[in-house]
Amino acid sequence: MIRRKAEEWFFKILMILAAIIVCGSFFLIVGTIFAKGIPYMNLDMLTKTPGGGFYIGKEGGILNAIIGSLYVAGGATVLGLFISVPVAIFINMYMNGKKFLSDSLRVAFDVLFGIPSIVYGAFGFLIMVYFGFRASLLGGIIAVTLLVIPILVRTLDEVIGTVPQELSDAALSLGATRWEMAKVVLRQIKPGIFTAVLLSFGRAIGDVASVLFTAGFSDNIPTSLHEPAATLPLAIFFQLSSPVEEVQGRGYASALILTIIVLIITVLSEILIKKFSKHKS
Amino acid sequence: MTPTPHISVQHLNVHIGNQHILNDININIPDKKVTSIIGPSGCGKTTLLKSFNRLLDNTAGVKITGKVLVDGEDIYDPKAEITHIRKKMGLLSQRPYPLPMSIYDNVAYGPRIHGIKKKQILDQLVEEQLKATGLWNEVKDRLNASANRLSIGQQQRLCLARGLAVNPEIILGDESTSALDPVSTSIIEDLFINLKEKYSIVLVTHILRQARRVSDYIIFVYGGKVIEFGPTEEVLLNPQAELTKEYVKGFIS
Repeated sequence: MIRRKAEEWFFKILMILAAIIVCGSFFLIVGTIFAKGIPYMNLDMLTKTPGGGFYIGKEGGILNAIIGSLYVAGGATVLGLFISVPVAIFINMYMNGKKFLSDSLRVAFDVLFGIPSIVYGAFGFLIMVYFGFRASLLGGIIAVTLLVIPILVRTLDEVIGTVPQELSDAALSLGATRWEMAKVVLRQIKPGIFTAVLLSFGRAIGDVASVLFTAGFSDNIPTSLHEPAATLPLAIFFQLSSPVEEVQGRGYASALILTIIVLIITVLSEILIKKFSKHKS
Repeated sequence: MTPTPHISVQHLNVHIGNQHILNDININIPDKKVTSIIGPSGCGKTTLLKSFNRLLDNTAGVKITGKVLVDGEDIYDPKAEITHIRKKMGLLSQRPYPLPMSIYDNVAYGPRIHGIKKKQILDQLVEEQLKATGLWNEVKDRLNASANRLSIGQQQRLCLARGLAVNPEIILGDESTSALDPVSTSIIEDLFINLKEKYSIVLVTHILRQARRVSDYIIFVYGGKVIEFGPTEEVLLNPQAELTKEYVKGFIS
């Protein structure tokens, strides 16, 4: 009896401790970024590009990196969507009866999902070198697109899986073609598509390795796809590795900006996922 | 005695994976009558129904042999136009699945994909079909509201109106009342009885009383085979096959 109670007690403590460690480290990370970043946070950070002496602690901001990151993540998500939606529809609606093929495709995307982003970066870099591109916004978008396609395909695949067979049967039995049926299904999963977009955008904006070689870095806001573009993760990296205290502080402020963007996206997609599962029933 | 067949099934065999789901089915579904397919769960009655509009084609690992003639035309002929075949038959599934759009658009969906674009004609079609299913007075003021807002019984009638809007010849019902309350069930049953003037109706049901109320003919399926086929009263009150006797008795007593 005592042994059973002790066991119960022991594991309860273990669970509570583990929970504290997880929650604690979340608050510690966010807290550190806030504590170190807030003092250096100002309007200039958000609205100005780096001035002449920005990297030795003089005036300017990281607007270049904010815009660059939004361009890269946004571009990659849009481009990824144009590839992923047809793939997800194909797997789910055109490969019926060929389970082996659709399963193989799913496994392939699972494998792609697990590939570290530096590999996508390196691959993107190879493509760029082959075509003789310089590091540019376009290069960054292509590398990040490769990174987000598996995320988009997997999410869309899951969402399409929640659509009852009877709905597509209903469209078909009215004499719809497969593509007309697919359009009905796409309408049904609209909130799910939005969730997939947010998930992919959140992943894209925070990733550093894929843009490291491909997007390059620039103090200017890119005005064309062929110019190099700054991204937030790289801006953080450069500033934090500076010996100047002012610059380091701004590094934390930049991290704060990125964290807040990702946080907003996460919360938004969380809400949407809840809303979506309500619609299903 | 033998009415003109609308659907004629000849030596139909359906395999899914290693399972032999339907075994040498031969029946003639009469024109402008209600025919019920009855039988225990898993006997193949839904598979039989879905073989009539080739919805089976989408099942993984399915193999179909034999003929299904609709109006004398073999629907499994490789040259047959599949959307054309399906357009001939309205399907009413177990639960209503309205398309994710408005009440109006649900009914107009079928006519639209088949090329009717004029608003005037669509308006008329929608009103006509909603009246035919007794829904018009309930929804005429909110045709643009989402179809998901309707009660489940109304949704099922909407699905029927949606199916009728493509001007089919045959209505297929797959346990169409199993998710509905008694009032909605009896509304749908009455609709079936009225609609047989214009359409041939095939229903899958596991409720014997329903089969008795609405159908003119009954097909009893067991283990993937047609055991008995005949007029409702004969099959239910005076079954010939031993299996039918047992099945009918088991449910009535």
